[in-house]
Amino acid sequence: MDRRTFLKMMGAAVAGTAGGSLWSPRLSGAREYNLGGNEVYGILVDTTRCIGCRRCEKACAEANGLPIPDISTSANEAVFKKMRSTTESQYTVTNLYNTEKGKFFVVRRCMHCNQPGCVAACLVKAMRKRPLGHVTWDLNCIGCRLCMISCPFDVPKFEYGKAIPKIQKCNLCYNRFQQGVLPACVEACPTSTLLFGTRRTILDEGRRRIAENPDKYVQHIYGEYEVGGTSHLFLSAVPFEQIGFQTNLGTTPYPEYSTGFLYAVPFIFVLWPAVMLGMNRATKKKAEEKHEEKHEEKGKH
Amino acid sequence: MEKLETVEIVKEKAEGPQIKNLGDFWSFLKKELKPRGNIGTPFNVISLPIMLLGYIFIIYRLAVGLGHPVTNLSQNFPWGLWIGFDVVTGVAFAGGAYVLCFIVYILGGEKYHPIIRATVLNGFLAYLFYAGAIVLDIGRWWNIYNPMTGNSFGVNAVMFLVAWHFFLYMLAELVEFSPTIAEWTGLKRLRKILGTLTLGAVIFGITLSTLHQSGLGALMMMAKNKIHPLWYTEFIPVLYFISSIFAGLSMVIFEGSISHKVFGPQIDEEHHKSYDDIVVGLARICAVVMFSYLFLKAVLLVHEHAVPYLSTPMGYWYLIEVVGFVFIPCFMFVRGAQRRDLSIIRFAAILTMIGIIMNRLNYTFFAYRWWVPLSQKYWPAPMELVITASIILTEIWAFRWIVNRMPVLRAAPRWARAMEEH
Repeated sequence: MDRRTFLKMMGAAVAGTAGGSLWSPRLSGAREYNLGGNEVYGILVDTTRCIGCRRCEKACAEANGLPIPDISTSANEAVFKKMRSTTESQYTVTNLYNTEKGKFFVVRRCMHCNQPGCVAACLVKAMRKRPLGHVTWDLNCIGCRLCMISCPFDVPKFEYGKAIPKIQKCNLCYNRFQQGVLPACVEACPTSTLLFGTRRTILDEGRRRIAENPDKYVQHIYGEYEVGGTSHLFLSAVPFEQIGFQTNLGTTPYPEYSTGFLYAVPFIFVLWPAVMLGMNRATKKKAEEKHEEKHEEKGKH
Repeated sequence: MEKLETVEIVKEKAEGPQIKNLGDFWSFLKKELKPRGNIGTPFNVISLPIMLLGYIFIIYRLAVGLGHPVTNLSQNFPWGLWIGFDVVTGVAFAGGAYVLCFIVYILGGEKYHPIIRATVLNGFLAYLFYAGAIVLDIGRWWNIYNPMTGNSFGVNAVMFLVAWHFFLYMLAELVEFSPTIAEWTGLKRLRKILGTLTLGAVIFGITLSTLHQSGLGALMMMAKNKIHPLWYTEFIPVLYFISSIFAGLSMVIFEGSISHKVFGPQIDEEHHKSYDDIVVGLARICAVVMFSYLFLKAVLLVHEHAVPYLSTPMGYWYLIEVVGFVFIPCFMFVRGAQRRDLSIIRFAAILTMIGIIMNRLNYTFFAYRWWVPLSQKYWPAPMELVITASIILTEIWAFRWIVNRMPVLRAAPRWARAMEEH
């Protein structure tokens, strides 16, 4: 989907809301309306198209009030010598990989999982999965950093250097989305490496590209099934482990790893007190008898 | 150490301080707050500067945040000494309270009654100070009341359960300990009411402990791709719960052996006599529980297909933990109990405690991102160590203050004992 279609669709959505239809995707009120299953939004990243211009990084920094990176050619040359991960002041980073099929640039940021580990970990719902796909962070966070431990992609970053720290990460430009504007990185991308749309449509587009160019791409869309599916989907010309992806994460959504324990909670809460009270009653008589015996003994002395 | 004037104890034992109104209470409290005995003991001389330095560092941490130089935490190692040792290990060591409450109040194991008050007090203070240390570790500490007041309840989060359980369990332990406070202040009617709450608090407390001791393990469940397969299993919560039993009891043995030296004059003869029996009994329980823990560990090693990792460097580290600090002390507990040799049992308890520290720290940073070279791993910063030490020392000071004033180790006042027998 290009920008024009997106804006048209946004317009239709706004018109639909104005028309009073309850079922339309009113984006500004996204909290109330969930389009269900796959109708969350996401970004398709076609790594074969990226030229490593880092304009997405600059646009991201501008949109989120982060330090603006130098993206001149000479600066880029130096930057691509090192592997980078996102930081508390860089929500999106591009890395260069030398593979069997040549050089590829890969942009990485929050994957916006369908069922995010960070959201399941949060005890105050500061991390939230918004109904239309965005994983966002809020100020009621207490800073326990369990989201960082629970994220399979190590995305949430903590501002250790600040007295009033925040958790920082890409939020899929949630504010811009509510105003009907494309994510900054997508808007800035000159090569259509990044494609924004509902997860269903970008997944279809990814499949179409693979089907039409079976020799160009590997037969895998990273993020389709990984950790239960993510809103960022990646296409690649080479196996994903060659361009810095973890391919051993499995397809189980991360929150499911702690459900086993959580199921045990009501069970123990109901059973334990009853069992213990029973044990107490069952052993009490003996204790009382012993007590009486002691009394008698004391009396004798 | 502080020495008490026996005449004063005898007088207070008999009558109590006779508090009738708030004014009485204040003057009583003022009197009690004053230090007693010799202040210039070696322990005080060493501990006081460390504590004060720690408090300064705490203020510094609150002012500048968690980054360097306060801690060595990083994006790759978000949890370090304060969570791994102070909170997670500290809570495991405090497990003795719920185990002994179960034995004494639920099963009626009267044999262990003499040590129950000291153990519950230790448990309560451990939660207050060590779990309380979480305030320092959480980055946005001024929001700490959010999970309690409902600035969004993350009810499906393991951390939510752990936070609430810490809070409720502290209350339960305070209720369990409250009769001692009532005896100290000589409030007879209050003592009677509080005494009736004990069983309820104990049952509630054990239920909470079962869930949050295992819950601390469940926190690591979503670190699946970061914890070495020798340690990561879907049964981490079960392992945490079982190990908290022998961790707690080893702490009881260790703390008891020190208390008996330091507070010796306060302990009555009957208790002194039964003490050996108690320690031998605790050693037996430790041995049995450790055996079942080892059995589960062996089953999981096979179940998780982790056996091949044993011949890697991380495998050796795993074997040091499991063989050196679980299997060997387990064996020593058996031997010590057979021969009624308290020094073997004490040594076993210390080894067990080291093993628990290793185990909990493995989950938080040693076996966490085990592939990171040692030079880039997390190691505690000096300020983290000093603050941790100052928290432990403050807890010991609080423990000593209470033991020297309330009937924790010494027998309860006669009126209170009479109350319990009726």
